[in-house]
Amino acid sequence: MAVYRFKTPISEEDVRKLKVNDVLYVTGTIVTARDAAHKKALELFKQGKQLPINLEGAAVFHCGPIVKKEGDKWVVVAAGPTTSTRMDQFEDEFISAFKVRVVIGKGGMGKRTTDAMQKYGAVYGAFTGGAGVLAAKAVKNVKMVEWLQELGMPEALWVFEVEEFGPLSIAIDAHGNNLFEDVKKKAEESRMKIYEKLGA
Amino acid sequence: MEIDKIIEDTAFKLLQLAVVRLPTDVKDAIYKAYKEETSEAGKVQFEAIVKDIELAEKDNTPICQDTGVIIFYVKAGAQAKGLEKIQTALANATRRATKEVPLRPNAVDPFTGKNTGDNTGRYIPFIHWEIVEGDNIEITAFPKGGGSENTCTLGMITPGEGVKGLKKFVIDAVIKAGAMPCPPTVLGVACGGGSDISMKLAKAALLRPLNEPNPNPELAKLENELYEAANSTGIGPMGLGGKFTVLGVKVDYAHRHPASFPVAVAFQCWAARRATARIHLDGKVEYLTHKVS
Repeated sequence: MAVYRFKTPISEEDVRKLKVNDVLYVTGTIVTARDAAHKKALELFKQGKQLPINLEGAAVFHCGPIVKKEGDKWVVVAAGPTTSTRMDQFEDEFISAFKVRVVIGKGGMGKRTTDAMQKYGAVYGAFTGGAGVLAAKAVKNVKMVEWLQELGMPEALWVFEVEEFGPLSIAIDAHGNNLFEDVKKKAEESRMKIYEKLGA
Repeated sequence: MEIDKIIEDTAFKLLQLAVVRLPTDVKDAIYKAYKEETSEAGKVQFEAIVKDIELAEKDNTPICQDTGVIIFYVKAGAQAKGLEKIQTALANATRRATKEVPLRPNAVDPFTGKNTGDNTGRYIPFIHWEIVEGDNIEITAFPKGGGSENTCTLGMITPGEGVKGLKKFVIDAVIKAGAMPCPPTVLGVACGGGSDISMKLAKAALLRPLNEPNPNPELAKLENELYEAANSTGIGPMGLGGKFTVLGVKVDYAHRHPASFPVAVAFQCWAARRATARIHLDGKVEYLTHKVS
């Protein structure tokens, strides 16, 4: 297990150094996107339109944060990850279209995403579910928010300036390895042995 | 002070304590597991969990952004005063906590999709009532997160499958849940009674402290067996692999219909939040799960 500290924009070369079980801390720009933002971004891309922010080398975060306005500034109260499985249907296209290098969430993603990460050079970093305060602490500034009116607070595209955001456990690397799938497979394989031990 | 105001203030405090500070037995179980975890990714997750717990306490902020659906367990002494005022007081406390703690508004109309914005609504906060002897009122605040709620499950197995079937059902539920309920989780397992009764008992079992073994030696043995079995799935912290998939298993049961064998499994995420206080007849409040200065 190695510990890496990357600054955005992250290069393809750097991201390919990461292996599953490594730990990553990200400094720079991360952008929140859940179901609706993924969908909207891909629609714009297909129409040949620009996104409000260039995502190349950035990290996308599956998160619906609690954000409050203090004066004219946005402040993040809690920003833990949401379950990534829901974004599985968009992520391969999202990675290929926008060249994001790090996808952050919880619960893991499937084969389509794993294949796209291998092909285009990206990783999945698992952030601890529930650790909303820890995440919020790493956000130094809310740079901007897009699509807030249209999509609402949890689904909007929040652009965070972060310092040492992590720890992210690399659970899918750019070499086709998927830690969640391995763990699931092992759990499946253990089932019969566990039944036997329980006399079931 | 009026009794309804005492109940409201106490319930507000309980909600705040629950979402900000884990009870000592849960913290101890997490720290112990952190020490004993051997998987690399698992240790990293525990480190983040422990940091998050400490930051939340320091900043008096909720541990997790999902502050759950608000549920109360009330043990009402038959001779206690102000029982008729409890329901309103608990709803008022919930509204106040939503604004002041703050809690995330988590009460949504299933048909219109509209969020009430204050964590109250039809049957919510939900109150589980129990009438007991005596003249005091014991209130437990139990904010229940969505991730671990989505993996709760009920099985109507056959009496022929019996306890063996129960064990199988629990292990299947743990494997199916995988990373979803934010492991290491606490499992509440109950059987018998009927479909609703076993789930009610399974949920209530989550209120029992992790460091207290079941007083029934047979059930204590079963809890231990299921604990070992769930942890040998290797799912580990946040589903990234490791020794600790569960922090504890709590079992309860009711007598069953000869033809039925309901089994319920209730999952609680690592942020196993709960807080209890006892309100005495003279208005004195005693906090049972947390030290309050």
